[in-house]
Amino acid sequence: MSEYRIQGNTGEWEVVIGLEVHAQVTSESKLFSGSSTGFGAEPNSHVSLVDAAMPGMLPVPNRECLRQAVRTGMAINAHINRWSRFDRKNYFYADLPQGYQISQLYHPIVGEGEIEVTLNEKDPDSAVKKIGIERIHVEQDAGKLMHDQHPTMSFVDLNRSGVALMEIVSRPDMRSPQEAGAYVKKLRSILRYVGSCDGNMEQGSMRADVNVSVRKPGGELGTRTETKNVNSIRFMMQAIEYEAQRQVDLIESGGTVVQETRLFDPNKMETRSMRSKEDAHDYRYFPDPDLLPVELDDAFLEECRASLPELPDAKRARYEAMGLTAYNAAVLTAEAETAFWFEDLLAEGVDAKQGSNWLMSELFGALNKLGKTLDESPVNPKQAAELLGLVADGTISGSIAKQVFEIMLETGQGAAAIVEEKGLKQTSDTGAIEAEIAKIMAANEDKVAEYRGGKDKLFGFFVGQTMKAMQGKANPQVINDLLKKMLG
Amino acid sequence: MTETAFPLKRGGADASGTLMSVDKDTVNKIARLSRIAINDAEADKMVGELNGILAWVEQLGEVDCTGVEPMTAVIPNKLRLRDDVVTDGDVRDKVLANAPAKEGSFFGVPKVIE
Amino acid sequence: MTDFSRLGVASIRDGVAKGEFKAVEVAEALNTRVAAAKALNAFIVETPEKAIEAAQAVDADRAASKPLGKMAGVPIGMKDLFCTEGVQTTAASHILEGFVPTYESTVSANLWKAGAGMLGKLNMDQFAMGSSNETSYFGNVISPWRRNDGGNVALAPGGSSGGSSSAIAARLCPAATGTDTGGSIRQPAAFVGISGIKPTYGRCSRWGVVAFASSLDQAGPMARDVRDCAIMLEAMAGFDPKDSTSLDLPVPAWEAGLNSDLRGKKIGIPKEYRLDGIDEDIAQMWDNGIAWLKDAGAEIVDISLPHTKYALPAYYIIAPAEASSNLARYDGVRFGLRDLPEGAGLQDMYAATRAAGFGEEVRRRIMIGTYVLSAGFYDAYYTQAQKVRALIARDFENAWSQCDLILAPTAPSAAFGLGEKTSDPLSMYLNDVFAVPASLAGLPAMSVPGGLSKEGLPLGLQIIGKALDEQGVLDAGLAIEQRSGFTAEAGEWW
Ligand SMILES: [Mg+2]
Ligand SMILES: [Zn+2]
Repeated sequence: MSEYRIQGNTGEWEVVIGLEVHAQVTSESKLFSGSSTGFGAEPNSHVSLVDAAMPGMLPVPNRECLRQAVRTGMAINAHINRWSRFDRKNYFYADLPQGYQISQLYHPIVGEGEIEVTLNEKDPDSAVKKIGIERIHVEQDAGKLMHDQHPTMSFVDLNRSGVALMEIVSRPDMRSPQEAGAYVKKLRSILRYVGSCDGNMEQGSMRADVNVSVRKPGGELGTRTETKNVNSIRFMMQAIEYEAQRQVDLIESGGTVVQETRLFDPNKMETRSMRSKEDAHDYRYFPDPDLLPVELDDAFLEECRASLPELPDAKRARYEAMGLTAYNAAVLTAEAETAFWFEDLLAEGVDAKQGSNWLMSELFGALNKLGKTLDESPVNPKQAAELLGLVADGTISGSIAKQVFEIMLETGQGAAAIVEEKGLKQTSDTGAIEAEIAKIMAANEDKVAEYRGGKDKLFGFFVGQTMKAMQGKANPQVINDLLKKMLG
Repeated sequence: MTETAFPLKRGGADASGTLMSVDKDTVNKIARLSRIAINDAEADKMVGELNGILAWVEQLGEVDCTGVEPMTAVIPNKLRLRDDVVTDGDVRDKVLANAPAKEGSFFGVPKVIE
Repeated sequence: MTDFSRLGVASIRDGVAKGEFKAVEVAEALNTRVAAAKALNAFIVETPEKAIEAAQAVDADRAASKPLGKMAGVPIGMKDLFCTEGVQTTAASHILEGFVPTYESTVSANLWKAGAGMLGKLNMDQFAMGSSNETSYFGNVISPWRRNDGGNVALAPGGSSGGSSSAIAARLCPAATGTDTGGSIRQPAAFVGISGIKPTYGRCSRWGVVAFASSLDQAGPMARDVRDCAIMLEAMAGFDPKDSTSLDLPVPAWEAGLNSDLRGKKIGIPKEYRLDGIDEDIAQMWDNGIAWLKDAGAEIVDISLPHTKYALPAYYIIAPAEASSNLARYDGVRFGLRDLPEGAGLQDMYAATRAAGFGEEVRRRIMIGTYVLSAGFYDAYYTQAQKVRALIARDFENAWSQCDLILAPTAPSAAFGLGEKTSDPLSMYLNDVFAVPASLAGLPAMSVPGGLSKEGLPLGLQIIGKALDEQGVLDAGLAIEQRSGFTAEAGEWW
């Protein structure tokens, strides 16, 4: 895809990147308890006695969380393991009430799969690269520690404790920060299409552990470091860049890279060693004896498959087949929100080409000006379809449609109502148009003569004058026909 | 003291040839992993006890387990899955009732420097 | 006037139902006995008001002709491993001292629903780790029994349900809950001449029971006879959606099904349990048991459980491994003891809290468990132990093609003196040698009194059944009970 190289004193270096993405599973309740996953609640209110690891409390798994992981696995053509198992990962920390995280080490629910990534998903000519997925497993999220509220204490809030996460582990197949960025974008898009994660990195619904090592191109793999919990694509790319350079500098100055956990500081744009996790490396994984193995039957798997939506790559191909340009098809499918919006528009009966052009120029333009995302659009697909329908059936012209759309954005009124109220309906009344044409011809006898003498270009002048006289509300086709007849 | 019913093997470490005996450093390491503070005398005592017990359990090494799957469910039983419904939580007072240190609605712990 | 301490579960239930006496009278009488038996140290907390409250409710229900539960009017002791709402629950540890659960375990809730009342929380081995009740933070429980040598050596009531066994044998309560991870119901029952059954793994919910080793822990009743065990097990057992390992099966009517006619039944006698050096009294009792079961119509067959000798070492890997993880939650953050030395950080606080809060045996088992799970040792110890466990379960499966039930001693000896085995952890572990195989295989197993040793101490016979065949186990227990003529009691010296 791209030849990303770091120039060192001893020559070129290649970066090897693998990502472990933690994605919060979309679910109402937690992975092993019936408490809510709702965001932003009072501290320790979305917590059950199970989440707080009170003595004698036991986990009971949430079907939906497993279902979402399986659907995600199916979306990346991964092997689904009918038999999987929860293990305990043992370590002590204040945000981990049980003293272990229930996770899957030995037998994950989803095995190998792959994701096709293009460096620029909006460029249909951009090369495609396959990034291997090693596994997806389901595990519990930890609680939250706050360090800045008290001089000598940290505070513990367990609201997130036990929320279901999918850990999506890639192969070390990426070779540049750009590839890593494109991979996460594509992964996020797939998760949103599938509906298994909202992909909201700002709220922490997705975060990445970034494994980076460097080597001489094609050489032996170097020692990797793991930078934990990076919560934006931009930060992740910066962390990779910094970390790769740091490792090259370290090796070239005679040092060795140690396998360790690091932290990215977005203010200083650097990674640093996380000493607090130093001796947490012996996790003593073993099968959770409170839980039996997970066994998925045919009916469960069939339902998962049947409920999968059309995925980005397939949708894109279908749009191209419908006559959309490759560019339009790529843009409309890159993000699930856009694709879903466009699908809703089509469902309202809008023509694909008309709809895609309008969406990409008019709607995106307007949202851009307003600084809003598609989710926050003041006009919904149904309202947009009403507007585009008025253009399609000749009620208003394209230029009037732009005016109407602006009013819609301002007032929230419906397109038909605006057209009615402002009298913007275009006329096909030949008598009225003929009368105006006659007036214009009378006032411009010289130009009529020139046109008749062969200066065809003047036809546009007459169209413009007529439209102006009709205050933009005449049907352009009717004007054309009448002008041709009357000018001879 | 009653007689031991079974002739139990001690010092099986060398016989099985795979596992080493535990020294004081190892005991200290395990204590750290277990988050149990121990002093020197306790560590010394534990070296002997752990070695005794481990040497004894190592007789398991002599059992031929070729083709045997480790046990997962004692009694044949299927894992039941729960519906995704909020049925619990909103019991903050119960959750915090026994806290050794709480601050408002939070548990308090000694300040952690990350 | 009725001596209520002499009545068992069935007699109290029936007497209350028939109006022969009031439940409150029973509760008052037993509250008095509990209060007077401090020397046994069987209770950590006494809850006389709870016993009275439950009895009053039963009396009121009876007066109003409402239907009465299976245990209506029966005051019981509750092992301190069961979380009881509003009543301190410690698992006999310092780390949980003062912990007052805001919830009720499913098993105890089932019992209260059935009309039982709580006399108090029973002492036990700390976190159920021990076979003599000498690891409790709240002191040793003393058996009411004494040797017939005229001495007054304090004897172990067995463990870990030692408070339960001692209290029942001393007639402080007609019945009590126990939990059995590797013999903790059966061995103490044997030591004090009472009955106790560990049902099939999954029959009784583990929800709200302080966990020791999740894949082994199973609650069960302890009482003075087989019928009482059947009644109480019915009240305790049942499917619980809050426990993923709970069996989704109806609770059989075990009491109604009791039948000591064993014609057509085959009883297996495992040769591996009878080795050189076996205690003479134990061997004699076992032979008696065989004769009684024959007399009840059963056919006796010799069987082999070839991996028996590996059960105990497998257990001492699996149980500590699970415990080391289960006990990680005792960290001084959300409940229980916190030891925060001057200037200590979070991790120091954990280490100090757990060193101060766990007793020696608990610390030892956590250390063993941590070691066997640690990097590089997991397969050699834990995986191998779980494979051996599978072989032990297979041994039983094979045996069931030859027999319906297995008869063996419960423990290799009669009760020993307090302090006799505490210096060598291994010698203590060996006491569970006959009890552990059934635990590893999750099978129902019961201990019933089989006679007295030369020193005049009770000995127990163990019946092991197929998974879910508690009825068969209880029936064989009843057949023995009817023939053993066991009526010995501890003298009331306390
Ligand atoms: Mg990771
Ligand atoms: Zn993870």
